[in-house]
Amino acid sequence: MSSAIGKISPVVWFLVALTLVLGVYGDDIAGALNVGWIMEYPSALVIPFKTSITAAMKWLVEDAHVGPVSFTDITRAIAWLIEQPYNLAISLLATGFQQGQGSSAVTVVPAISWITVIAAVVALGHYCRDWWLAMLTGACFLYLAVLGQWDSAMVTLASVMIAVPIGAGGGLLVGIWAYRHPTGERFLSPVLDLMQTIPIFAYLVPILFMFGFGPVSALVATIIYATPPMIRITTLAIKAVDPEIVDFGRMAGSTKRQLMWRVLVPSARSSIMVGVNQVIMLTLNMVIIASMIGAGGLGFDVLAALRRLDIGAGFEAGIAIVVLAIAVDRLSQAFAVRVGQYSATETVQGNWLARHKRTAVVLAILLVTYALGRFLPALHEYPEAQTLTTGEFWDDLVRYLNVNYFDAFEGIKIFFLTWLMLPIKKFLLGVPWPWAIAMLVLLGWRTGGVRLAILCGVLSSLIVVAGLWDKAMITVYLCGASVIVATVIGVPLGVMAALNKRAGHVISALIDTLQTLPSFVYLIPVVMLFRVGDFTAMVAIVLYALAPAVRYAAHGVRSVDGELIEAGRVSGCTNWQLLRMIRLPMALPEILLGINQTIMLALSMLVITALVGTRDLGQEVYIALTKADTGRGLVAGLAIAFIAIIADRLISASARGARIRFGLEAKT
Amino acid sequence: MTKFFNGIGAGCLAMMMGVTSAVAEVESTDPIRLTLHDWSGQLINTKIMGSILEEAGYNVEYVQADYIAQFAGLKTGDLHLAMEIWETTGREALDEATDSGNVVNVGETGLMAIEEWWYPLYMKEQCPGLPNWEALRDCAALFATVETAPMGRYVGGPVTWGGFDEERVEALDLGFEVVHAGTDAALFAELESAYQREAPVILWVYVPHWAPAKFEGEFVEFPPFTPECYADPSVGVNPDLAYDCGKPRGPIWKAAWAGLEDKWPGAYQIVEAYTLNNEEMSAMVGQADLDGVEIDTVVAEWMETNQDRWSGWIAQ
Repeated sequence: MSSAIGKISPVVWFLVALTLVLGVYGDDIAGALNVGWIMEYPSALVIPFKTSITAAMKWLVEDAHVGPVSFTDITRAIAWLIEQPYNLAISLLATGFQQGQGSSAVTVVPAISWITVIAAVVALGHYCRDWWLAMLTGACFLYLAVLGQWDSAMVTLASVMIAVPIGAGGGLLVGIWAYRHPTGERFLSPVLDLMQTIPIFAYLVPILFMFGFGPVSALVATIIYATPPMIRITTLAIKAVDPEIVDFGRMAGSTKRQLMWRVLVPSARSSIMVGVNQVIMLTLNMVIIASMIGAGGLGFDVLAALRRLDIGAGFEAGIAIVVLAIAVDRLSQAFAVRVGQYSATETVQGNWLARHKRTAVVLAILLVTYALGRFLPALHEYPEAQTLTTGEFWDDLVRYLNVNYFDAFEGIKIFFLTWLMLPIKKFLLGVPWPWAIAMLVLLGWRTGGVRLAILCGVLSSLIVVAGLWDKAMITVYLCGASVIVATVIGVPLGVMAALNKRAGHVISALIDTLQTLPSFVYLIPVVMLFRVGDFTAMVAIVLYALAPAVRYAAHGVRSVDGELIEAGRVSGCTNWQLLRMIRLPMALPEILLGINQTIMLALSMLVITALVGTRDLGQEVYIALTKADTGRGLVAGLAIAFIAIIADRLISASARGARIRFGLEAKT
Repeated sequence: MTKFFNGIGAGCLAMMMGVTSAVAEVESTDPIRLTLHDWSGQLINTKIMGSILEEAGYNVEYVQADYIAQFAGLKTGDLHLAMEIWETTGREALDEATDSGNVVNVGETGLMAIEEWWYPLYMKEQCPGLPNWEALRDCAALFATVETAPMGRYVGGPVTWGGFDEERVEALDLGFEVVHAGTDAALFAELESAYQREAPVILWVYVPHWAPAKFEGEFVEFPPFTPECYADPSVGVNPDLAYDCGKPRGPIWKAAWAGLEDKWPGAYQIVEAYTLNNEEMSAMVGQADLDGVEIDTVVAEWMETNQDRWSGWIAQ
């Protein structure tokens, strides 16, 4: 760390100071010199990207043809393909198999009873690992039934069951393709960036045109959002497979296909499973937005509850999503481990029944509940009278905090506004845009060379030319302030989690919950406690974006080389010195990557915080959606993506620089 | 099971004879898809419409959809009928959709949106001049918060709702700062929060909505709206500025896929004839949101008590 600071030359200090001065006095200087255009890009020179994009989209969905087949026919055919397994899943779990359409539909075979589903997940848990897992997953699903969330949860589960295999399987294949074709990977990488960072609201309307209104569109949107990490992780994981293993596979005479599926993929399995886990988590993140376009399920319950300010009901549905996420995640993790153990388990002899005890039990329960369900409806559908509710508790909690501690909250809010947020906002809006671009180019050149400099220059100029500079600066301000707060809270939490096992468990559970609990659930209580405004948006962003800062910091500190720590101890370091001189500097690259991810998550929350009245690019996307202006939404969405890409590249480059300085990576 | 096969048989027969009216006198047994949003008034409105269509023999299906995103579905014919497009919040999207020729405006629902500045009743003690708008001039400081002081803080609707509140504040010299909530939910969260603490609050409230039933309060009485007041600065209290009056009251529209009229002409006529009024809607919303009555029960009750009305619409 100290070596890094030591290298900073006086020129850099001068530039930083100049930027600060410009930030504070930029407006006055521009006024005195009569060069207003350096503060505000002349509106006459704004290139109307949005009209051309709207026109292009219109052409695509209305006129585009491939031979005699129109583009929408193709997308509708894809929609039909996805719809078939989805209909099967939803009939099995939620609606039952029906004859006819709409109100004249008659249920032919009812959906699987709640008892059978719970029995099935318990059996699956036991198959995948042990009785502990079986009990955990069983308890999760029982919770859904007892709290009266069963029906919605099954609708959500059905969409997860379709989206996750498509996302994970597709991601795996694309990732392998990218591994085989390095040029393809270079082309793919920016596409993945855009998929992850353009807010979904920006392309919601075109998707609805292409795939029709309903669950399939929601599934497509979910897959677009949830697949990129899977692709990235797959490529990385296969690249990281020990070359000796690959040589071994070659020597054994395996074909290209065998090498991939029998050697590379199994060797990279544990990393690939991290990707699957990400797909599951992101899919459940999308549940709320998906419910806006007809997916229904728990997401809809959250939205409808908050619409009537029923905070308790919103919390219950939100926590049901968390519980579902935990169950699905743990099962998939254990399943991956289990599948990896080739022939490690002894094969049971005997007939089918003896070999498939669990399947047999589940089938038996299925038949029994079907047969008896007619006489005892409770076997089939969890009796409504037996459901519990914790709704009152949450309502009362928020009311109690609001009535008794509002002044304290107000104090905190004013402190942050005066000392952190407003100064940043004023500074960012004060820096003239040509100077800001010049500084970005310089920064890019210093950290990553000419290419990064060009990238920074082009992307930031595009934002200016689209006439979105001011909104982009408000975006940077809101995200920047949130990322600072998230880092200040998250990194120490991560360090604590790494150094103390018990604290680690608590912190990790907290972080998991925060990441899967839909942000809508806490957005409204936060508004009640802090009122509409930028601070409320910041609180919501920090809560959501905290997770990676904590995780990466913890991982970084944990993976510091033990010998280095030992060496430090031997030379007489105190614990505090160990942390300050060895652990933190060595973990710096990981911490930087964590901050990078925090920025990405913060940017992806912008559209949600637009719902409490911010004035940034997220709001621009949201307004475009309400006005059905595809072009405007996509331009603003792209601007958000550009900010994300610039931040990502700059931070990755400096993290790499740090790794090279500490000798963790060779300079190429 | 035999019944099931009979059904198929009847269907085949009908198809062979080229007769589509196998069930009743309806033109097509394909389901008419109605959109459901996330507020009770709309759910009640839509389910009443759906129940009437069912009574007339039509096949009805409800689809959950976002208020604005639904237009994409209505244009392509994936969705067929939206029962509540508010003049105030959905007009632009509706116009954009009807301009495409794929969506038609089926007319007013009979519900009238009233939107205005609103305050809880306990504020009247502190600012006795209310509900007259001129009282706001003297009381502005009462509504101030640290961020807006010395100006009062008025919580307006989402930017997309329009409403010209900034202009109104200037034209009437009110000394308020307009803060926009991003959504309906955020807006009423502000109200609930302030109401719990009996803290000063003044905000944009609209009816039909559950809030005026749950919270005691009143609308501010501005000079009544006229189109000239918005268009012509010289009209109204302030001779130099426009918007020196209250907000207009806007109808709530029914919107349908353009193909609805061709495919189900009878249903289209019923939709066209259908009207409700603010009083009955407010009462039903109150039942659902405040007394916790199931929406389906509320709808069934309405169907029972208003049999004459809806059978009249079907008979037309």
